[in-house]
Amino acid sequence: MSSADTAPKLPLPLREGVGGRGPVREETPFRRFVSEFAASHIAVAGLIIFVLIGVAAIFASLIAPQNPYDLAQLDIMDGRLPPGSASSTGYTYLLGTDDQGRDMLSGILYGLRISLGVGVGSALIACVVGTSLGLFAAYIGGRTDAAIMRLVDLQLSFPSILVALMILAVLGKGVMNVVLALVIVEWAYYTRTVRASALVERRREYIEAAECLALPRRRIIFRHLLPNCLPPLIVIATQQVARAIALEATLSFLGLGVPITEPSLGLLIANGYQYMLSGKYWISFYPGIALLVTIVSINLVGDQLRDVLNPRLKR
Amino acid sequence: MTTWLIRRLIQALFVVLAMSVIVFIGVHVIGNPVDILISPEADQAERARIIASLGLDQPLWKQYVLFVDDALRGDLGRSFVFNEPALRLIAQRMPATLELAVTAVLMSMLFGIPLGLYAGLYPDGVVARTIMAGSILGFSLPTFWVGLMLIMVFAVQLGWLPSTGRGATAELFGIQWSFLTLDGLRHLLLPALNLSLFNISLVLRLVRAGVRETLPMDFVKFARAKGLAPARVIFVHVLKNIMIPVVTVVGLELGSTIAFAVVTESVFAWPGMGKLIIDSINVLDRPVIVAYLMMIVLLFVTINLVVDLLYTLLDPRVRLEAKG
Repeated sequence: MSSADTAPKLPLPLREGVGGRGPVREETPFRRFVSEFAASHIAVAGLIIFVLIGVAAIFASLIAPQNPYDLAQLDIMDGRLPPGSASSTGYTYLLGTDDQGRDMLSGILYGLRISLGVGVGSALIACVVGTSLGLFAAYIGGRTDAAIMRLVDLQLSFPSILVALMILAVLGKGVMNVVLALVIVEWAYYTRTVRASALVERRREYIEAAECLALPRRRIIFRHLLPNCLPPLIVIATQQVARAIALEATLSFLGLGVPITEPSLGLLIANGYQYMLSGKYWISFYPGIALLVTIVSINLVGDQLRDVLNPRLKR
Repeated sequence: MTTWLIRRLIQALFVVLAMSVIVFIGVHVIGNPVDILISPEADQAERARIIASLGLDQPLWKQYVLFVDDALRGDLGRSFVFNEPALRLIAQRMPATLELAVTAVLMSMLFGIPLGLYAGLYPDGVVARTIMAGSILGFSLPTFWVGLMLIMVFAVQLGWLPSTGRGATAELFGIQWSFLTLDGLRHLLLPALNLSLFNISLVLRLVRAGVRETLPMDFVKFARAKGLAPARVIFVHVLKNIMIPVVTVVGLELGSTIAFAVVTESVFAWPGMGKLIIDSINVLDRPVIVAYLMMIVLLFVTINLVVDLLYTLLDPRVRLEAKG
């Protein structure tokens, strides 16, 4: 991307007039962004895998061969069968079963749903909260800025796992508590990132122009400042989704995260832990692989987004 | 420098105070302090006695003063499970955690610096690309899962190393350490490796970026033009300039390594304070939880303070900024 993208957006007709090109294949910032992103095949593969995982998680109840939480469908006699075993009803457990006789494949699909839901949900909430605070800090400045940034510094001086641990130790386990903990852990990253780019943007002429028009402050912040701070925000948001999923899995593995009635991938892995020492690896192994593929695919997308959207790396 | 130090100390004190308020509010307002601080097995009379002795019938601000007063005298309650002062319990487990964390940090330097140097000097080679791809995995794999896989491969399948526990320990300065015995070292290897993977990736990326940034600089060209041996240019001139961010980051990471030891200790049943807190949370041994939270806040504020101090000592620019 050249400076055209970070500069205030000119109305499209003006741009065409200068370039004199036809309107058919005219290069918009978005098209350029897409083609630059697609330059990395690994990143595209990551995106495709992530979309597939997302679809599988959303439609888990339709795809999964078994509803792992419907006790009527479980047969305790099928417990801890290795991958590829046939069930007593003739169905093949592709990834084996856990100690309750649940099909691991179905368990993983349902677990993905909770892992992704918690991860993406908390990242979105944290994004809204953190971005608003960052924009206000940068735009208003002064005491507000100092107070918010002090809070950010304080938050970031403690490792995420400890903050989450503290919150869950006090609140107890539960899906909403995990989301709350993840939001509290993550908001500061958004605030710091957005503030940094908003501080640069707010000195530009288009903000001055908007101020001269006496637009309300809220409109200037969200309609003028925010869109121009988006690129780094998108990068951070992608990374934070991956981090949130990993952290949720860790917390659930430690027994502090989601309750046993709503098992995420982390809890599935924890359930298999005790059987691993006796060689029954599949109960922990396959949910782990699912977790891994999810996190790595998001990170691949995030890495490429960072390269494409970072103005410092422009060739 | 002195004013800076005093200002920084006051800040640190303020953070500890703020966190004590948060922990206090968490325990006394959000949760029910009677449930949290009194064992569920206590009978009615004992209950009333403890409520009075803990001052739970007092107004909230007075309770907070009492809490801080007790904490300052090193009294953060007794564990229900072990029936020992919570603070002593944590202090007993601390050496195991520190041993694990320090070993992990040392390992991250030991592996990270050479790998990063190599990747920085030959950035286009296959080996360097493999190293960088591996570092992405090191960043994104959840620690606990890598730990499980290490156990599965090295303890269960190959049977080379023990999977859990601390092994034999030997005494030094009145504390039991694992790294002094061969059996202890064998037990230490897997957890330390598990804990250091993230830091190895971090250090190697830092070193690589530093090398690539430093190599085209004038002083490196000058050192080469002077006819110094290539090894001397790299290990003295280049490495010295890279070490400032590396030392800072590793120092900062010591804190989060101790924090992430919670995960590694749970996976490898390493009897440190991380495992203690997880066990305590699972059996609701709340005095230990409160004591641990306060200890960890104190620990982190200290670590941040020391890193800031080291940074000013290492980098003259920061010192000047603080003065001006």
